[in-house]
Amino acid sequence: MTEMLSEQKQSLGWLARMRKGLSRSSAKLTGGITDLFTKRKLDDDALEELEELLIRSDLGVTTATKLTQSLANSRFNQEVSSEEIRGALADDMATILEPVAQTISIYQAYKPHVILVCGVNGSGKTTTIAKMAGLFKHVGFKVVLAAGDTFRAAAVEQLQIWGERIDCPVISRPIGSDAAGLAYDALEKARAERADILLIDTAGRLQNKTDLMAELQKIVRVLKKVDENAPHDCLLVLDATVGQNAHNQVEVFREMVNVTGLAVTKLDGSAKGGVVVALAEKFDLPVHFIGVGESMEDMRAFDARAFARSLMGLEVGERGEK
Amino acid sequence: MFDSLTGRLGEIFDGLKKRGALSETDVTEALREVRIALLEADVALPVVKDFIAGVRDRALGQEVLRSVTPGQMVIKIVHDHLVETLGGDPQDEKEIGKDSGVDLGGNPPVAVLVVGLQGSGKTTSCAKLANLIKKREKKKVLMASLDIYRPAAQQQLAILGQQSDTAVLPVVQDEQPAAIAKRAMETGRREGYDVIILDTAGRLHVDETMMAEAAAVKEVAHPVETLLVADAMTGQDAVTLADSFHQQVGLTGIVLTRVDGDARGGAALSMRAVTGKPIKLMGVGEKLDEMEPFQASRVAGRILGMGDVVGLVERAADVLDQEKAEKLARKMSKGEFSLEDMLDQFKQIRKMGDVKGLLGMLPGVGKIKQQLEGANIDNSMLAKQEAIILSMTLAERRNPKLLNGSRRRRIATGSGSTVQDVNRLLKQHRQMGTMMKKMGKMGRKGMMPGRGLPPELLSQMPPMKQGPFG
Ligand SMILES: Nc1nc2c(ncn2[C@@H]2O[C@H](COP(=O)(O)OP(=O)(O)OP(=O)(O)O)[C@@H](O)[C@H]2O)c(=O)[nH]1
Ligand SMILES: Nc1nc2c(ncn2[C@@H]2O[C@H](COP(=O)(O)OP(=O)(O)OP(=O)(O)O)[C@@H](O)[C@H]2O)c(=O)[nH]1
Ligand SMILES: [Mg+2]
Ligand SMILES: [Mg+2]
Repeated sequence: MTEMLSEQKQSLGWLARMRKGLSRSSAKLTGGITDLFTKRKLDDDALEELEELLIRSDLGVTTATKLTQSLANSRFNQEVSSEEIRGALADDMATILEPVAQTISIYQAYKPHVILVCGVNGSGKTTTIAKMAGLFKHVGFKVVLAAGDTFRAAAVEQLQIWGERIDCPVISRPIGSDAAGLAYDALEKARAERADILLIDTAGRLQNKTDLMAELQKIVRVLKKVDENAPHDCLLVLDATVGQNAHNQVEVFREMVNVTGLAVTKLDGSAKGGVVVALAEKFDLPVHFIGVGESMEDMRAFDARAFARSLMGLEVGERGEK
Repeated sequence: MFDSLTGRLGEIFDGLKKRGALSETDVTEALREVRIALLEADVALPVVKDFIAGVRDRALGQEVLRSVTPGQMVIKIVHDHLVETLGGDPQDEKEIGKDSGVDLGGNPPVAVLVVGLQGSGKTTSCAKLANLIKKREKKKVLMASLDIYRPAAQQQLAILGQQSDTAVLPVVQDEQPAAIAKRAMETGRREGYDVIILDTAGRLHVDETMMAEAAAVKEVAHPVETLLVADAMTGQDAVTLADSFHQQVGLTGIVLTRVDGDARGGAALSMRAVTGKPIKLMGVGEKLDEMEPFQASRVAGRILGMGDVVGLVERAADVLDQEKAEKLARKMSKGEFSLEDMLDQFKQIRKMGDVKGLLGMLPGVGKIKQQLEGANIDNSMLAKQEAIILSMTLAERRNPKLLNGSRRRRIATGSGSTVQDVNRLLKQHRQMGTMMKKMGKMGRKGMMPGRGLPPELLSQMPPMKQGPFG
């Protein structure tokens, strides 16, 4: 077994990069908090405003209330500074996020370790696959890609272009073909070629479309005919700009295809990705990767403390810098 | 927790049967729930605050109508205010559906510039819009892809052009976006196109270089419409993104995509409020004919968790045999409901498509949905139940009392199910019958239809709303 990512030397300053992305989102948030808490008593009004600020970063009403409540319990009516409040909130968030900050583990014995990648339309599945493939290849694995989106125009071509860039074989079938059949083929081929990892792309689908979810289940069923333990991982890709619908997405995909981990993309925008905190609390699913841009190298491991502190606009500090 | 505002307010006002004008306390308490409902629907906080203030002004001192509860009254006020804020003049909505929904005035060729975040649905929306313009306005449309960055982006538009039989500007290697726009306009003039749709690369509103690029393209093309394409699932960031795009590029309208999902779609309100620009179109699927002019009342109902009543009506109207449905409704209210009728219901539900999707469209479905959790309803289950009924003789379907043990065994074998399955179906049928009798007595009270709901549809709702699955 090889621990990915945690062992891998991070290219220079990934934290700086994430912080740059996140600081855009935290600028407004912390600006607000600073206004609120420069020498201020933590009373009911202050707490309500604080709760609203958390809501504004997509934490959702429930989680925002809970975090605010815990602050109230320890510091109600105390004079607090903005720095203190941010630190305390970041600590609380980090505590929630810590358990889900897990890199993905690749088992070389599987030959191949099959990773099925799913999610709603446009969330960043194909790009995340390309990034993962690049990373896996970089650390010496033999990787095969399967163009399982047989529906969307030029979805196959998109993955093929990535495949060429990374120098990874892409197994495909013409548009309109059966995705499950393609997945089956791909697994057989990857196995015959003794590949270490097979990454399967799938068409974007909204979780409330029963027929499309059934199609995804069929892919899983068919994979199991070749290897009863496949897919070994099922990665759900979430867009950081998403709001509370992320809850439905995780819930339904998990129920349908047994999602084993999450990737959160587009954290380089101004969206706060705060819903991840709420998801961590509710579903306890590992967050394996975050996406911070459109290029190959724009993928990072998820670091709970860094994420939480960056979200609160705080210095990430040495501990985050592994 | 309650799924819908109706549920939330019901809770508050349940114990409070008083009538008369809405008091300050009533309103304050109700608005606290409205606030949470809107936040849970992803309406951005600053927008929620303005909105609530608007509703408060309207609600204070309002007479509560005799026939409704205070909670329903507040919902009505909230709903009306929401429809207005979303930009819907109920009068205008009747006009919808005649043209493409976008402004194409001016000397041809006119340009439509499409911008938005990565993956929001721009390319697909371009092709859908081209389709709509061709179909509804009989205009000649040329599309051009300015996305020189994302792998296979230009190819994607080319394929969509083929699929929709729309001309697409041929790609010239290494040409920059502004130059492509210029060439598209020139080609349009030369070849007599009416409308040029410019698809652009996805960009973050915090990316200054890319935003400048979009502004430069706009300078070249002088579009009559600059449309922001945004996902209905967008969270609180909707205000920031819409505002930045508007500030930096200048928008004339918004296209809301993935309205076919189950997101509550509060982003629509956020973006409309912060830009002041209308939401012109909505994407309701991946296929090229799945785009519609925006309907405020439909999205308003969704945001409030009241279900997409209008959407349901439309889909239902397409597939339901009106006369049959009315006859059935009458029968049901009298408690006459045969297995034959149940079979009809199953068929119609199936025709309407995805059962779970349909449930999401129904008003007040929050509670029922909870009951249904775990019941695992899907079309395959409906198909199985249909098979059971189909294995019965006509006499049996009309009079289930005939069904003794041996007949049940025969039916089970015939439909590839078990006797337990048959028994379960019969039990459901009985429950539905009882429920319908009750519903008939209750009349229409207790339901809060959306505005403009044809009353006859209400009678069709009970069987689906209560469902055979409870
Ligand atoms: N800024 C930014 N853009 C991203 C990131 N990840 C993906 N994208 C962009 O988002 C858009 C959609 O990405 P795709 O990988 O095609 O998404 P998908 O989920 O495969 O989409 P469908 O297959 O159409 O459902 C593309 O323009 C990507 O370049 C990210 O981390 N940051
Ligand atoms: N369900 C649904 N899917 C949609 C809708 N509109 C677009 N999509 C899907 O969303 C995904 C992304 O759509 P694109 O049109 O490629 O998005 P884009 O904004 O051009 O993406 P980039 O160019 O990568 O930024 C595709 O899978 C589309 O099929 C819609 O209204 N409903
Ligand atoms: Mg894809
Ligand atoms: Mg595109």
